[in-house]
Order: sequence, then structure tokens, then C-alpha cells
Amino acid sequence: MNPITHIRARTAVLAHENIDTDRIIPARFLTTTERAGLGRYAFNDWRYAADGRENPAFELNKPAARACEILVAGRNFGCGSSREHAPWALLDYGIRAVLSSEIADIFRNNALKNGLLAVVLSESEHRYLLAHPGIELAIDVAAQTIELPDGGRFGFQLDAFAKHCLLAGVDQLGFLLAHNDAIERFERRRGEAA
Amino acid sequence: MAARTLLDKLWDAHVVKAATASTPGILYVDLHLIHEVTSPQAFAELRARGLNVRCPERTLATLDHSTPTAPFDDLGQPVYASEEAAAQVAELEKNCAQFGIRLNGWNSDHRGIVHVIGPELGATQPGMTIVCGDSHTSTHGAFGALAFGIGTTEVGHVLATQCLLQQKPKSLAIHVDGELPANCSAKDLVLHIIGQIGVNGGTGHVIEYRGRAIQALSMEQRMTVCNMSIEAGARAGLIAPDQVTYDYLRERPYAPRGEDWDKAVRYWNSLASDADAKYDRVVHVDASRVRPTVTYGTHPGMVVALDAAVPAPASLQERRALEYMQVEAGKPLAGTAVDVVFVGSCTNSRLSDLRDAAAVLRGRSLAPRVRMLVVPGSLAIKHEAEREGLDQVFRAAGAEWREPGCSMCIAMNGDLAKPGQLVVSTSNRNFEGRQGPGARTVLASPAVAAASAVAGCVADPQSLLQEQAA
Ligand code: SF4
Repeated sequence: MNPITHIRARTAVLAHENIDTDRIIPARFLTTTERAGLGRYAFNDWRYAADGRENPAFELNKPAARACEILVAGRNFGCGSSREHAPWALLDYGIRAVLSSEIADIFRNNALKNGLLAVVLSESEHRYLLAHPGIELAIDVAAQTIELPDGGRFGFQLDAFAKHCLLAGVDQLGFLLAHNDAIERFERRRGEAA
Repeated sequence: MAARTLLDKLWDAHVVKAATASTPGILYVDLHLIHEVTSPQAFAELRARGLNVRCPERTLATLDHSTPTAPFDDLGQPVYASEEAAAQVAELEKNCAQFGIRLNGWNSDHRGIVHVIGPELGATQPGMTIVCGDSHTSTHGAFGALAFGIGTTEVGHVLATQCLLQQKPKSLAIHVDGELPANCSAKDLVLHIIGQIGVNGGTGHVIEYRGRAIQALSMEQRMTVCNMSIEAGARAGLIAPDQVTYDYLRERPYAPRGEDWDKAVRYWNSLASDADAKYDRVVHVDASRVRPTVTYGTHPGMVVALDAAVPAPASLQERRALEYMQVEAGKPLAGTAVDVVFVGSCTNSRLSDLRDAAAVLRGRSLAPRVRMLVVPGSLAIKHEAEREGLDQVFRAAGAEWREPGCSMCIAMNGDLAKPGQLVVSTSNRNFEGRQGPGARTVLASPAVAAASAVAGCVADPQSLLQEQAA
């Protein structure tokens, strides 16, 4: 994983609430055994009409939303299934950060593990971003801040360990593997108690 | 020691290393369930790093999500919806063989939906931590196990280390008092609860279902309730183990035996929340107010009693949902024309669910043009239902009696509805397109689903059941 320290990009807004992972990538595309290349299925059933052509009415298909790398989404983004294909598809599509007033637990975990910054903002901050699509934001992961074009600044919470992993570009399996002794001790302790 | 909740006790018993200010806790996993869809990339990661599966004996695999449920071909082979699906299954077979993992594959008598076979085999036990790359792992919480869904990266973590990095969730007690009316099922109850607390009502929490109405439920009903905890945003649901739990588990293939059983029960009895334990949040639900309930929108919190008027949309989203569903506010959903009926999924595919549906269908036929799929949750359930003659009831009515699997719950194995079709489904998600692009889903209990198949429109089973009794 590459370190992620700053993201400077424009926002695209999908204001729908409760955007579930079936929306982000429909289940029929989960028969893959790869994690690469899922971006073409991101938001598939919104993005394309039944005949396979792009749906011009879909927000992310509009010219202004092209190449936007920060997604501002309605409340409770990523609810539903635990499929990690959802963050994989978003990253492959070109999204680097998701901002909402509420993000579903499993999706947020999955996203951060893959270097997709998933950030929860206050209601008022969220409302502001929903109302201003296309603005350029500068996200500073170390400082845990989002800078607006007018100089305004939002702070955000980020789990200390997830932050460390993002900044250092390390994944969490290495951390777990380094605790093999503690895992063995736990197994022995339980074996004796049984 | 301070009074502890069931969640506290389960958590404390599995902490390998406590969380610090800068690192999450390390939690040990007792049982890891895997299936073909969310595991291939995890095994690939293991191989890329030259790692082994740490505890193959704590890992149990099945085929369910992308496997066909249609009858086998003339050569006795499954007919996959796509080459990719076949390749995905072959990949799991290869991975299990290479790493020594038990696979309930095509030749097993216990192949079935991952959340159905765990309990059925007695692999799911109170006091355990159980994870699976599937959000409905919450089902196993019905046994007093801490069970939750994980992503594929985490599947890799558990394969390699038998552990997960976790922050302890908050606790939400849902007290369900009063008596569930006789014409209501666990599905009606849990839909009612999600309607009450909302699809994000449980976010960040583990729900413990408590109270008289919960204790009165059978194990299969408890599983239906815990199954849908994720639909309220909670990662897990829990019910304290009791005699009902033990009666279900005793003598199952993986359940402890003899002295080990007695010892296990003594431990399991110590798990219930202490009387004065504190929860982060408490919600009260009156079971006596539950009525047969269905969803009318495009998330599981948009619920309404079958005979009550669909509420007016309160937001733009809700208005869009009604448009998508072609449902009119101010009118009850009962009477809406139905195209497809699906009885199955890890929510409602167990023997008691099939019995509920069969009780309504017995001696009746499907309405013209209605297609009905009945998909048992496991091969064992299929065989048991056939011994009882339930398959005959379904077939005689004109329904399809199929091989076990997830089927139309997730619609990735070729079982799906056409655009615009209305599906009354006993599964757990009514998201747009979940059962096929453009398909419209109404979530319901097995009895309501069966009644709707007979009537050709969303219908209450009550009058049909009364006729039968008369
Ligand atoms: S039946 Fe549906 S919810 Fe259950 S495991 Fe299968 S796909 Fe998931």
C-alpha cells in the first residue's frame, strides 16, 4: 500500500442516503477472484442504462464530476453487505476519499484497510459539502483536517492506528504477525483452562 | 469484578492483547467460516506472502453464494451461471485442499448457506467468537456467540493469525417484552424492530436482544432475529444462551459430548449479562404490538404493517424509493400485484420456515403467472423437508423446489427477477437491484410470502390458514 498523507482534489456529490454496497457494486460482479479492475462496475446500475450506455442523468457521469477524487455521500454510506469489493471498486474508479455524516462500520473498516480515506463529518459540515459540489478540498491526514477553498477548515476523527497505517503505507497483517508470541500464549492459556 | 454484559464477557474471554491509545486490541477467533465469494483474494494474499493457514481446524468452508440451485445436469454436475462462478468455486476447492480446510462442497451432506450450516453442525456454540466474510454472520449471535462480518483483507488476517484487530463496539440492549401475537413470526418482529430504531439505529453497537418475548422464541426464530441485526446497522446481535439453546445443540455433530458437554453448559450458563450490568443504550419494544409486517421501500427500515397505509414520504430519498417500488403512499401494500415469490436465504430457509410456507400452500396452487422458488438453506434441511413431504406440497402448488444456496437473496448465481418485477422475498435486503437490475423487493415472512404466491398479490395468510383449520 502506498502512504497517503495528503489528498487534494475536487468533490463529487451523491446526496442519496443509505447508499448500500449493492449500489456501489452489484453482487453479480462478485464472481471474480481478483481485486483489480472493479472500477468499471462501480455504481453500475446507476451509471449505465439497460442497453449498456452511460446514463447522462447520473451525478458522477456529469462533466463537472469527472475526475473528482473525493466523494461526498449522503448519510449512512456503505451500509449492507461486507463486500470489500465496494472499496476496491471505488478506488479503482478513482475515488480516494469518502466523506459523509455517517459511514457504515464494516465499509469504513474495509475502506481504511485499502487506503480509501473514509471520514465522518458533523451534520453542518456535511450539509455544506453537499451544497457545494465540485469544490477543491485539501485533506491533510496527519493533521486530520480538510481545508476548503475559502480557507475554512474542518477537523475529523481518525482512529490512531488506521492513521498510522495510512501515513506509513503499511498494512495491518504485519502488525498481527509480529504478535505471534502473544497469540501463542493466549492459545496455551486457554488450552490449560479447558 | 464490576457487573458485565454478555458482550463484555465474550470480549474479555478473547482478548489476546488489549487495545492501547495507539493500537487496537487483538481478538482471538474461535470459528472462521468461509465461502467462495469473499475468500479468493485472501488466499492469494497468503500465497503472495508465503504464509500458512494458522488453524485449519478452526476454519469451515462451504459453497453457497454463486452456486446454482437448479437441478444438476444429466451427468450429475452443477450448471453454473457463468464460467467465472465455476472458476470461483474451483478456486475455493483448491484453496481448501491445499491448506487442509474442511469444505462442505458438492459431495458433502451438509453443503448449504454458511449461516445455516454452522448452527446445524453444532460448529456454532455459545461463548465463541465467530467471523465470516459476510455481514449476516450476526446470525450466530442467537447462540450467545460474538459473531460478525468482516472484509476480505480481514479474512486474510484470520487465516494467517486466527486473530483480528478490533475496537470494542458499544452495547445496545433491546428489551422485547409482551407476547408476540400468534399470527406473527420472528421475521415480523425483527422488521418491526428495524422500523422502530432505523437502518442506522445500531451503528457502532452490538445489539443484545433481551426480554420475555425473546426467550419465548425457538432457536430458528432467534437466528432470524439476530440475522437482521446488520440491517439495523449493528455488526452483531446477541441472545444469552439458555435451555432452548442447549436443547438445539445437544448431539449435533460438532457439539461437545459427555463430560465435555456438562462442562461446556456450566460455562455457557455463566455468560448471561449480570443483573446490574450497564449498556450504552437501551431500547424497549412491545412485542404484542407487532403485526404481520413487510417492507415497502428500498431499505429494510422502510416497513409497514401489511394492512396499514404506506406512510407519506418524509424525504426526497423516500419519494424516490416509492417511485422505484411503484408503491403509492396512503394505501396498504396488501393487494399489490406480485410476480415472483422467494422463500429462502439465511434469514428464513430453515425447516420451520419451510413448514410455515407449506402450511399456507397445502392443497392450494400459485396464482397464474406467479413464479415461486423455494430454496432450502442446506442439503440437510432439504432432505428433512422431503421426509416430511413438504417438497410435495410446494411442487403440487406449482412452486420450484430447488437445491440449497443463497439464490435470489443475492441474485449472483443466475436466480434473479426481471426488471420491474415485484418479488415477495423472505430474505433480508430490499436494496434497489439486489434481486436483479430493476427488480422490486418486498421483504416478508415465509407465511406472508406463501399467501402472496397463492393470492397473486401481497396478502395476509390469516384467512387462508383459518380456512384450512375449518
Ligand atoms: S442467504 Fe443472502 S444474506 Fe445470507 S449469506 Fe447468502 S447472500 Fe448473504
